[in-house]
Amino acid sequence: MIPKRRRSMSENRKSPMNRQKRRTGRRHPLATVALLALGLVFTGGAYAAFSTGTAQAESSANSQQTIDEGKKLFQANCATCHGLEAQGTTEGPSLIGVGAAAVDFQVGTGRMPMQMQGPQAQQKPVQFTDEQVKQLAYYVASLGPGPDIPADHLTNGGGDAANGAELFRINCAMCHNVAGAGGALTEGKFAPPLTDVSGVHIYEAMVTGPQNMPVFNDMNISPEDKRDIITYLKYVQDNRSPGGFELGSIGPVAEGLFIWIFGLGSLVAITVWITAKSN
Amino acid sequence: MSTATTNAPQKRSFTAAASVYVNERTSIAGFVKELGRKAFPDHWSFLLGEVALFAFVVVLISGTFLTFFFQASMAEVHYNGSYVPLKGVEMSVAMASTLDISFDIRGGLFVRQMHHWAALLFVAAIGLHMLRIFFTGAFRKPRELNWVIGFVLFILAMAEGFTGYSLPDDLLSGNGLAIINGMIKGFPLVGTWMSFLLFGGEFPGTDIVGRLYTLHILLLPALVVAFVALHLVFVVVHKHTQYAGPGKTPGNAVGPPILPVYAAKAGGFFFIVFGVLALIASLFTINPIWNYGPYDPSPVSAGTQPDWYIGFADGALRLIPPGWEFVWLDRTWSFNILVPIIAIGVFIVLALMYPFIEAWVKGDKREHHIADRPRNAPTRTAIGAAGVTFYAGLWAAASSDLLATHFSLTMEGVIHALQAVVILGPFVAYFITKRVCIALQKKDREIVLHGFESGRIVKLPGGEFIEVHEPLDEYERWRLVSFETYEPLMLRPNSRGKITFGQRLRAGMSRWFFEDRIAPVTKGELEAGHGEHH
Repeated sequence: MIPKRRRSMSENRKSPMNRQKRRTGRRHPLATVALLALGLVFTGGAYAAFSTGTAQAESSANSQQTIDEGKKLFQANCATCHGLEAQGTTEGPSLIGVGAAAVDFQVGTGRMPMQMQGPQAQQKPVQFTDEQVKQLAYYVASLGPGPDIPADHLTNGGGDAANGAELFRINCAMCHNVAGAGGALTEGKFAPPLTDVSGVHIYEAMVTGPQNMPVFNDMNISPEDKRDIITYLKYVQDNRSPGGFELGSIGPVAEGLFIWIFGLGSLVAITVWITAKSN
Repeated sequence: MSTATTNAPQKRSFTAAASVYVNERTSIAGFVKELGRKAFPDHWSFLLGEVALFAFVVVLISGTFLTFFFQASMAEVHYNGSYVPLKGVEMSVAMASTLDISFDIRGGLFVRQMHHWAALLFVAAIGLHMLRIFFTGAFRKPRELNWVIGFVLFILAMAEGFTGYSLPDDLLSGNGLAIINGMIKGFPLVGTWMSFLLFGGEFPGTDIVGRLYTLHILLLPALVVAFVALHLVFVVVHKHTQYAGPGKTPGNAVGPPILPVYAAKAGGFFFIVFGVLALIASLFTINPIWNYGPYDPSPVSAGTQPDWYIGFADGALRLIPPGWEFVWLDRTWSFNILVPIIAIGVFIVLALMYPFIEAWVKGDKREHHIADRPRNAPTRTAIGAAGVTFYAGLWAAASSDLLATHFSLTMEGVIHALQAVVILGPFVAYFITKRVCIALQKKDREIVLHGFESGRIVKLPGGEFIEVHEPLDEYERWRLVSFETYEPLMLRPNSRGKITFGQRLRAGMSRWFFEDRIAPVTKGELEAGHGEHH
């Protein structure tokens, strides 16, 4: 039990929200491997962030063992659509060069393996443990250079919320709504709500452009600006509305429905009471 | 009362003394006596207008508080208040002062939310009140003008709302103004001139908030107060309508007198409305401008909608198919904007004029003080249902994107479905409503003639089973038989022996209104029906 607990604690520090749910069902034998891998990810991630603008997947940190484990997982779970060597098939695109960030986002948020073909991949319960997600990510990253999983200092919400809010309104709000409540796209596609997404996943989505989302590369929005955007979203996640219940943060439609059903509804009930004849 | 004029120093209570003092100087007693003895019929649906009135009072009170702190200026400042995600952001003074009201002035956010919730309730209560008036035929002579005044109030309330929520100069309201700007510019020839006149130059300019503020706190409230006063004077002059019942005639009004019973009830009801609004305002966020941020012409948020009462206009714009804008004679003709404006304009004018249209079709010049049950005017009720469907379709279209995301539909599917609702829905609603009304009238006839099913099964000596029908009591029967029916007008030549187009039109309309009808049970039928003993 001791190594298990220690492992989960180390992960909790990184991203508390998503990890806690998956603590059960974890397997022992990979504990040391995972610890090692995580340590290496931090080092590698920090290195990548400091050294170049576009993070490279070729960080020396990924041991061959991690990659081999990832390959096994890939061939068992992903190859049906993406091909045995991730070269792509008619059912799914090639993953060569998508980078670790894309895999960490798609698998880590439960979008992959995909439930069914549709307007866009739906989120569902995450199918892999964190180690397995990382193994898959580094296997795919080993196939070709692509964006890496971002470093902690970019995703922990320690930036300038005001700058992030302004950037979010200009770049993101037209699909995701100003309060990150999500919004509709064409033909059944949609921009999901950002009210429950971890900083790492937000960053990865920006650099990889999953589903219908455009890519916001480092020339477009710098890593520091991305950090600010995450800071703003974390502020919105952590601080509930000062005005009371938010009614879904979807604006006047919810407000109108509320006043008709509950406001006017309750007053009509009171008018009935006032004019009722006493029995 | 009789002692009031004697100057003998008698022992009088303070109230009596004060009343006498006031009356000797104002002669108010006659007025109070007259008004206080006005009877006000008791029915829950007669209080809907009061909900609107009381919501408006709450709007006035809370709005006055807000004017102490709001600054209607579009000068640029850097926000330096308590809300962290906007610190240092450049915005207008209007936005910054609204944020200060929300975060740095004690009770400010509560009053702001109360003002906004009360405004939404004000317009919603007007809407429901109008539906009650329409479906019970309470707009008939002599009340046609009061219908028009009420309708003008509805439009003024929408204008009040729109000018109000545009004041904070936040992103959402700025987008609303951008749409208004686009609609104005959509008018051929004069559009651009009108836009520049309104905004004092190119949109958005630096004038609009100040101008809207003057409209919002001076001109429009003055008009609303004036029209509300006129509306209420007419209610007193006409007496209130009442539903049919024993002892209730077109010449009387049956109910508790205004003083003391009704005034106490209404006064108490004001505080209930105030309390409900205070509760909502303290528990539920409305218009979180801190999320929207300051207005900037470039971003538009997903889920950008106007407040509910402007929704129908936004929905009309959303439902127009692409490609209705073209260049002709070196001018852009924006039929994507003109068609919805014209459609909404026609709808509003028809609703405004309906009392006169119906009176003309009926050729009815009598006064009506007994409110109809909706089923007893099937064509009017069906027209109302068609209108409600049309409006509701437009209204729903304003939330097409949210319908798509929340019900996992495609946006295109929602739009096409709502296009069908707006164009075909009114006909379907008309037909169904008319048939339902006529069926209900038939059922009423059946009940009056044969009583209602008691559920008591009796075996007759011959072995036959029958269900006993209980006859109605007289009070209930009165309610079911006392209504009027009209017959289609006969087409007759006028004094010069001609049948004019107007007469043909009127006869056609009259046929449409009254061809299918159920006559109320007559006394003769009733007596004959009693003989049968079902």
